[in-house]
Amino acid sequence: MERLKTYRVSFLFLILLLFAALLINISFGSVAIPIDEIVTTLIGGEASKSSWHFIILDYRLPKAVVAVLAGGGLAVSGLLMQTLFRNPLAGPFVLGISSGASLGVALLILGAGAFGGYVSGLLLSQWSLVLAAAMGSFLVLLTVLVVTFRIKDTMAILIIGLMFGSITAAVVAVLSYFSNAEQLQQYIFWSFGSLGNQSWQGVAMLSLFCGGGFLLSFLRSKSLNALLLGENYAKSMGLHLKRTTFWIIIITSILAGSITAFVGPIAFVGLAVPHLTRQWFTTSNHFTLIPAVMLCGSILMLICDTIAQLPFSEYTLPINAITSLVGAPVVIWLLVRKRKLLF
Amino acid sequence: MASEEQHTILDVHALAIGYALKKDKNVIAEGISFSLKQGTLVGLVGANGIGKSTLLRTLSGMQPPLEGSVLLQGEPFKSYSVLGLAAQLSVVLTETPASKNLTVQELISLGRQPYTNWMGRLSEIDIKVVNEAMEVTDTNSLSRRKCFELSDGQLQRVYIARALAQDTPLILLDEPTTHLDLYHRAYVLQLLKRLATEKNKCILFSTHEIDLAIQLSDLMVVMSSDGTFVDQPCNLITAGRFDALFPKDVIRFDPKTGRFGSIK
Repeated sequence: MERLKTYRVSFLFLILLLFAALLINISFGSVAIPIDEIVTTLIGGEASKSSWHFIILDYRLPKAVVAVLAGGGLAVSGLLMQTLFRNPLAGPFVLGISSGASLGVALLILGAGAFGGYVSGLLLSQWSLVLAAAMGSFLVLLTVLVVTFRIKDTMAILIIGLMFGSITAAVVAVLSYFSNAEQLQQYIFWSFGSLGNQSWQGVAMLSLFCGGGFLLSFLRSKSLNALLLGENYAKSMGLHLKRTTFWIIIITSILAGSITAFVGPIAFVGLAVPHLTRQWFTTSNHFTLIPAVMLCGSILMLICDTIAQLPFSEYTLPINAITSLVGAPVVIWLLVRKRKLLF
Repeated sequence: MASEEQHTILDVHALAIGYALKKDKNVIAEGISFSLKQGTLVGLVGANGIGKSTLLRTLSGMQPPLEGSVLLQGEPFKSYSVLGLAAQLSVVLTETPASKNLTVQELISLGRQPYTNWMGRLSEIDIKVVNEAMEVTDTNSLSRRKCFELSDGQLQRVYIARALAQDTPLILLDEPTTHLDLYHRAYVLQLLKRLATEKNKCILFSTHEIDLAIQLSDLMVVMSSDGTFVDQPCNLITAGRFDALFPKDVIRFDPKTGRFGSIK
């Protein structure tokens, strides 16, 4: 028996790439900041301009950290869903998590008008958006879990997730019909996704959820590997199928749910990154894949965000659009090159 | 051939199989009794839809029996934990593993899951068992290849190797010869025969290769509309049990050659 590859060099390379992407991401923006100034600031020194110090520590660094967490988290939850449903097209939102979040936010923004000026101002603070999105995804998740325990077929969960997507989209459409232009714009801006404008408390909270999600998913690697053979084989090798399905759904919800709550729906990273990673790490072992997918997701998200903030200009493009613009061609390229998506 | 001092692995008594939907019971076959010992190769034959797969599912604990009892090593399935059962019984199913991106070595090593730690790390013993499984199924040279690169014949050997790596006294195979050419059908059944004798396994396989099964099996389970019969192949031929397998309008069993032939 040959020894299994450990991919040490690849991991080292990915980590270096992550730091490079992080520095470049912080460096570029409406104001370009030299890399050495960033390094000085990050290790506790003073930047030569005090405005740089402020921009780096209070604006760009939290945004970069959110990008790392969101990219990694979405990519890992995409991998989990692809393995659970053994479907290469599954992504973090197949369970309806982002539709749930959209519904929560839509109810908040589009419904807030009903309460009039003062109350709606109170309702629409940063935290209430996060809370509404979290509640929305939690509600959908709860329903999916209840259904999971009543049916035997895992694939049915997939269809139920899709149905929830349709229902929430319809409710949002009805709500939009009765709202004014300003509210609609606010809702649409939320749906563009935004990595920035997070307080350090927000970043800390997101790190907590994502860190927990990463750890739990890594601990489930053995079960995930068994699922690669299909449910019947997995059961015959001593896997508790229901328990495993339950945990995978919970982990995905923690990761995708908290990320959607903080930064809004972000498309394609969760679907594309696992496939990209498999081109490089030619293994199906989740002990290797989970950290690899996490790193690749973070790097891709940092790159997308660097593009989205349109260096040297004052404009910022919606991150959700950029991830699709980058992600969709990647999936097409993979399909054309390999003819099929393996997982 | 199983000798008398070999101990019994699987004991089936007055078994009725089928599906229970609320109050309705859909009995597919009943009155099945046999006991299987170590070192025996058992062929299960029957027409399409007669209940071969249902019997295999019942014997592997995936589906509860409607009546009667199935004892594995003297204990009913209910008394086994999921992991405990995985150490007693391994399966080769007709469904192909969901991921074809696995390498052969990864797939076979997954058979060690009931024995590995939470990380699935292979110990010295695990590696030794996997190596043996690859050697006996002649899959050594394939170990680095991805499953999507393999032919059906090679894949079947890999699946059998995975079941071997699981290191269980009982192996159940659901139609391991489908989609294979004549050479590979004979190869797979001879491999199973060798595993039963050399590794002292109890192996039960369902198949449509009735003539090959008659030649190689120690015991055969014949499921027909007349009932389910279990005996040595030669006794079953004398008793005319194979005649009842299929309707007699197209093919007929020739007891002299042990084969089915077309009616001219």
